[in-house]
Amino acid sequence: METTKKPKKTSLLRRFRHNKPALIAGIVLLIIFTMVILAPIFTQYGPAKSDLANRLTAPTMAPGRAVGVTQPHILGTDQLGRDIYTRLLYGGRVSLNVGFTVATIGGIIGVILGMLAGYFGGWTDMIIMRMVDVWASSPTLLIALTFVMILGPGQKNLILALLINSWTLFCRMARSQVLVIRSSAMVESGHAIGASTNRILYKHIMPNIISPMVTTYILELAHFINAEANLSFLGFGVQPPDTSWGLMIGEGRKYLTQAPWIVIFPGLLIATTVLCLNLMGNWIRDEFDPLAVKL
Amino acid sequence: MGMGKYIAQRLLFTLFVVLGISILIFFITHIVGNPVDIMLPLQATDVEREALTKALGLDKPMMEQLWIFLRDFSRGDFGISWWQNRPCMEVIMDRLPISMWLILLASMISVVCAIPLGILAAYRPGSILDRVVTIFSTAGICFPPFWIGLMLMLIFAVKLGWLPTSGMGTWKHLVLPAVSISFRPMGHLAQIVRFEMIQQLNALYAVTARAKGVTEMTLLFKHALKNIMTASLTMIGNDYCKQLGGLSAAVEVVFGFAGFGHLISETIENMDFPLLQAEVFFVAIIVCLINLLTDILYAAFDPRIRY
Repeated sequence: METTKKPKKTSLLRRFRHNKPALIAGIVLLIIFTMVILAPIFTQYGPAKSDLANRLTAPTMAPGRAVGVTQPHILGTDQLGRDIYTRLLYGGRVSLNVGFTVATIGGIIGVILGMLAGYFGGWTDMIIMRMVDVWASSPTLLIALTFVMILGPGQKNLILALLINSWTLFCRMARSQVLVIRSSAMVESGHAIGASTNRILYKHIMPNIISPMVTTYILELAHFINAEANLSFLGFGVQPPDTSWGLMIGEGRKYLTQAPWIVIFPGLLIATTVLCLNLMGNWIRDEFDPLAVKL
Repeated sequence: MGMGKYIAQRLLFTLFVVLGISILIFFITHIVGNPVDIMLPLQATDVEREALTKALGLDKPMMEQLWIFLRDFSRGDFGISWWQNRPCMEVIMDRLPISMWLILLASMISVVCAIPLGILAAYRPGSILDRVVTIFSTAGICFPPFWIGLMLMLIFAVKLGWLPTSGMGTWKHLVLPAVSISFRPMGHLAQIVRFEMIQQLNALYAVTARAKGVTEMTLLFKHALKNIMTASLTMIGNDYCKQLGGLSAAVEVVFGFAGFGHLISETIENMDFPLLQAEVFFVAIIVCLINLLTDILYAAFDPRIRY
């Protein structure tokens, strides 16, 4: 195993370089994530800092007139004179935080349940998969919204609500992968030489289902960034003066005719992030998933 | 197994799911939150609180409350909406049908656009046309629908003045919301159609058919199209359920469309427990019925499926 792994890694980088869409998507994501995480380095304004002399200003290169800061409002300002570019960076922290948290926790729960269902089969499988079936045919978004209503809006509660529907896809994917690998000679010989269930699950099955799970993770991450935007837009996520990409659109839509840039840029940023994640996810699936049909 | 028996079995499953969801919603609303705290202002006295608790029947044991709740639901009595002060059933019936039509229109737009696009892309995989379709369909999935709605509104209603910005009444009011909603299912469907079509056109039966001199058109529309219907139907059915279950809310809010999605968002803003319970109940039933309908349609398209 060790000897075959090394040359694979170098060729992986080369393959990544040769797939232009995936390469561009990767670079764009890296830029977005860096700028969002290190927001204070990339802008002099704070997310709530008002430049009252420059309310609803169109994107401009002219220096701003806020106290102590003269950085131009390159993407314009909103109704309170807050810099759109700055708010995009700080709002991105919320959007990405919600997306990553939900996809990670949902992924862990889903993969564990899916592995158990696929590995043990029988009753365990039936109970877990029935749960997934029932979940699939229930109005999960409405149930999530019920939680939001009772717990009140906010970032933490939004994460809790989105978690409700975050594990099923991971569970299905993990189960179907495990079913394939469980019947392989590798696992059979593991049993034959007396390896424990834990050892087989963690040493043999886990590494083999990683790449489809990474694909699912990236696609789900994109999905939850969109879902967060949707609920924040309706006002069920973070509350002002904090912001996220969805909430910026929700707050800015009243000024659509006077100042369309308040709405345009967050939407473009959501779409770019989601698009790049999709491109990366599809690339990883095509490259690594032995079961996927090559087109 | 006969078709009738299958449908009966599925209806039983539906009943089970709807019952389960109703109980779940009951426990979420009664244990996690206390309606009295939400309905009364903070400075309410203990006497007022006790009176309201009694009026709502919240002083009874939990199991008895659950029993009353289920008994009323089974009779079609969903209680009075706190926010609108009239029966929940009435409120929902005012808003549900119009949204069902809106989302149906959106589904139809997405099917009409996505199937030809997917077939065109699959016909010459890797061609420029294929790439254009792939980019278009991916973009449809990536842009938030409510943002697409705002952009369409800006272009077609504000700048060009062709269509009304918001409200409802005529067919013109349906166009922009339906188109905004249709982008996401259109993108998904075009991808599915492309993927399935490529497999169909490379399948052994297609090779045989071509060898026997069947034209590409006949092959596409008479054989391959039928075979991709199951996957397409599943996708469209699922999307319809999701949209009706609250996904269309943001677009309806954008266009001031007084539909079911908008109602859901208003229900949550007004913390209207009974109305939300009734909404969940209705959506659960509709979702199950649509799943049943798609299952029955499968058999119509795929003779291998027999229930």
